[in-house]
Amino acid sequence: MPLFSEKATPPPSDDKRWKIVDGTIRRHGREPYALIEVLHTVQETFGFLTDDALRYVAVSLRVPYSKVYGVATFYHFFSMKPPGEHTCVVCTGTACYIKGAASLIDAVQQEAGIAPGETTKDAKLSLLTARCLGACGLAPAVVFDGDVSGKLTGDGMKDRVRQYLQTESKAVGVGA
Amino acid sequence: MNHEELGNVAVKAREAEGQYKHTIKVCMAAGCLSSHADQVKAEIEREVKHRGLDQCCKVKGVGCMGLCAAGPLVADKNNEKMFQGVTASDAAAIVDAVVDNKPVHEAIVLDSNLDFFKRQQKIVLENSGEIDPEKIEDYIARNGYEALFHALMNLKPLEVIEHVTKSGIRGRGGAGFPTGLKWTAVAKATGAHKYVICNADEGDPGAFMDRSVLESDPHRVLEGMAIAAYAVGADRGYIYCRAEYPLAVKRLRTAIKQAEQHGLLGQNIGETHFDFKVEVRLGAGAFVCGEETALIASVEGGRGTPRPRPPFPAQAGLWGEPTLINNVETFANIAPIIRKGGDWYASIGTEKSKGTKVFALAGRVKNTGLIEVPMGISLRDIVFKLGGGIPDGRKFKAVQTGGPSGGCVPQQFLDMSVDYESLASVGAIIGSGGMIVMDETSCMVDVAQFFMDFCASESCGKCVPCRVGTKQMLGILKRIVNGEGSEEELAMLTELAQMVKSSSLCGLGQTTPNPISTTLRYFMDEYQAHIHDKQCPSGVCMQKKAAEVGA
Repeated sequence: MPLFSEKATPPPSDDKRWKIVDGTIRRHGREPYALIEVLHTVQETFGFLTDDALRYVAVSLRVPYSKVYGVATFYHFFSMKPPGEHTCVVCTGTACYIKGAASLIDAVQQEAGIAPGETTKDAKLSLLTARCLGACGLAPAVVFDGDVSGKLTGDGMKDRVRQYLQTESKAVGVGA
Repeated sequence: MNHEELGNVAVKAREAEGQYKHTIKVCMAAGCLSSHADQVKAEIEREVKHRGLDQCCKVKGVGCMGLCAAGPLVADKNNEKMFQGVTASDAAAIVDAVVDNKPVHEAIVLDSNLDFFKRQQKIVLENSGEIDPEKIEDYIARNGYEALFHALMNLKPLEVIEHVTKSGIRGRGGAGFPTGLKWTAVAKATGAHKYVICNADEGDPGAFMDRSVLESDPHRVLEGMAIAAYAVGADRGYIYCRAEYPLAVKRLRTAIKQAEQHGLLGQNIGETHFDFKVEVRLGAGAFVCGEETALIASVEGGRGTPRPRPPFPAQAGLWGEPTLINNVETFANIAPIIRKGGDWYASIGTEKSKGTKVFALAGRVKNTGLIEVPMGISLRDIVFKLGGGIPDGRKFKAVQTGGPSGGCVPQQFLDMSVDYESLASVGAIIGSGGMIVMDETSCMVDVAQFFMDFCASESCGKCVPCRVGTKQMLGILKRIVNGEGSEEELAMLTELAQMVKSSSLCGLGQTTPNPISTTLRYFMDEYQAHIHDKQCPSGVCMQKKAAEVGA
C-alpha cells in the first residue's frame, strides 16, 4: 500500500458503511486537517475505531499512521474497543460527583461485575464514564443507550442494569 | 437580504406571533428533553388541536428556562403561569389553565415570582426560553441581526471595537482578558486571512452555560461572531464545540444553514462586501482543548496540545494567521453591546467587572439551573436567594467556582461581591461560570482529590511539571484521604502545588493546584483530621475505605 496516493484508496472491506466515511473524507477534500472529523464519522458508523480504519483514514487523508494513532488515542471520546450491546455512561462531573455518582458506578460494578471502561463477557453491557454531560441540574445523571436520565439512585441503577443483562441478545456482530 | 428585508421578516414574524391569544412554551433544551419534554409538547399540541384551539393557542418549543432541576418546564406567553415536573398526562390541565384560567394541581405549579427568576438580569439569556431556537424568524423578531446590520451600515470596524472596549466586557471563558484589547490586537495584525474562533469546548465539569446558550439561542452566537469578523477583518470562522453536546451541535448547524439561506452568513452579507463563512468543528473530549493554542491545534486536526505563547493567536493562530478566539458567552454579549452601545453595558456591574455573568448553579442547592446576574451580586444572594439555600436543613460549607482551575470559597466570604478581582483575592476565580454548592456532607480533601484526579487524567503530557506534578499530588491526596498521609507529605503537597503553578506551560497546569491551595487555606482542619485522627469529619472518605475493605 503506497503511503501517499493521488488516487482514492479502496476501503478495507466491501462493507457498505465505508461509503459514509468516504463521504466525510470527500466533503473535506481529503485535507489532513479533517482527521478528527473523519474519525468521528468512523466511530459514529462502526461504533469504535479499528486498526484497519485508522490505516484507511491515514492513507485517505495523506497523514502518517502514527499521527492518526496519536490523535485517536489522545482524545477520550474515541474508543478502540468494541462497545457492548448496551452502554451506560455515568457522568462524573462535579455536580454528579457531589450527589453520588460514585455509588452509581459501584451499583453497576456489583450488578454486572464491570469497572468503568469494561464490557461484560457476554458483550451485553459496557460501563463508561463522562467528564461532564452538562446536565448538572439533573445530577447524578447517566446516559443509557444515548438517552440521558437524571436524579438516579443506586437501586434504580441496579434495576436498569439487571434489565439489560437479562434481555435476549440481538443477532448482531460485536461492535455493530 | 438587506436591512429592509430583515425588517420585513421581523414584522411578519411578530404579526404571526400576535395572531395567537395564548402561547404555551415548552422547554426543549437538553435538561428538560432528558425528562421527556418532547412527549409533553406533542401531547399539548394534540390536546390543543383536539379542542380546536389551534387558531388561538400556539404551542412552541423554546430554549432553556433556567430551572433545570424542576424540568420539564412549561410556561405561558409572559411567564406568568409556569409549570414544573410536567408529564404528558398533565397536557389537558395545562391547556385548561392557560386558555381557560382554571386552577391546576399544586404539584406542577411553579411560582414565577421566585427569587430565582425575579433577581436575574438577562442579557445573554434574554431570548432563552422565549424563542424557538430552530427558527431564525423568531430570533429576527426579537431584534436579531439588527446589531450586525447596524455595524455593517453605520460603523467602521474600529468603531465596533471602540464599543466593545468601552463596554468593559472581559472574556467569559475564564481568564477574564479584556475583549476589546484582544479584538484590537487581531485587527492590527496582518495576514493573508484572519480567523474568528468560538470556543464552545465547555470542559469544566459542573458548567453548562455554553451548552444552554447554544441550544437556546444559537443565532445570537453567530451574530456576535459575524460582528467580530467584520471588526477584525476576518472572513472565516469556526465554532469548536464539544462532541458531548449533540443537541447544541445540531441546532448550531441548523442555525448556520438558515443564516446562509437568508444571506446573513456567507458571501456579501447584508448585500455589502463583507464575507464570513462559519463551520462547526467537533471536539473529542479533551479538557485541555479549552486552552486557545491547544484548541487551534485541534481545529487543525492534530492532538490538542498547547504551545508556548508568544506568539499569541492574535498574531499567529490558526494555520499561522491572526486569529480571534472568544468564548460562547462573550460572543453572545456582542449583539446587545453594539445595539445599545458600550456605555449602556458598562453601566451594569462593578468598576472593573462589567455586565452580567451566567452561572450554572448546581450541587447541594435547592434551585439548580442557569442564572444570569449582574457582576457584583453577593455570593450569599446567589446561593440563598436565587438558589433557595441548602436542602434538607443541612449546613452550607463552600461554593466551588471555576471548575478544576478554581477554588472553594468558604462561609466567611459569603457576603463578598462576585467579580473577577474579589474572587481572585480569596484564591478562586469566576472561571467559565460553574458554581457547585457543597454542604457538610462533602469532604473538602475528597473534593480536592476529585479535581486532582480530573487534572491528572486531562493533563496533555507535554510539559513535565503538569504531567508528573499532578500525578504526585494525586498520590499524596489519595494517601491522606485513606488515612495514610503524614505531616511531611502535606508540606510536600504545598510545595508541589507552588511548583506546578509557577512552571507549567499552559493555563491548565498553572491553575491545577488552585483547588488544593484553597482547601489547604480554608479547610486545613479537615486535612489535619485525616492525617492525625485518621478520621474524615464529613464521614465521606473512611466510609469509602471501609466499603473497599469489605468488598
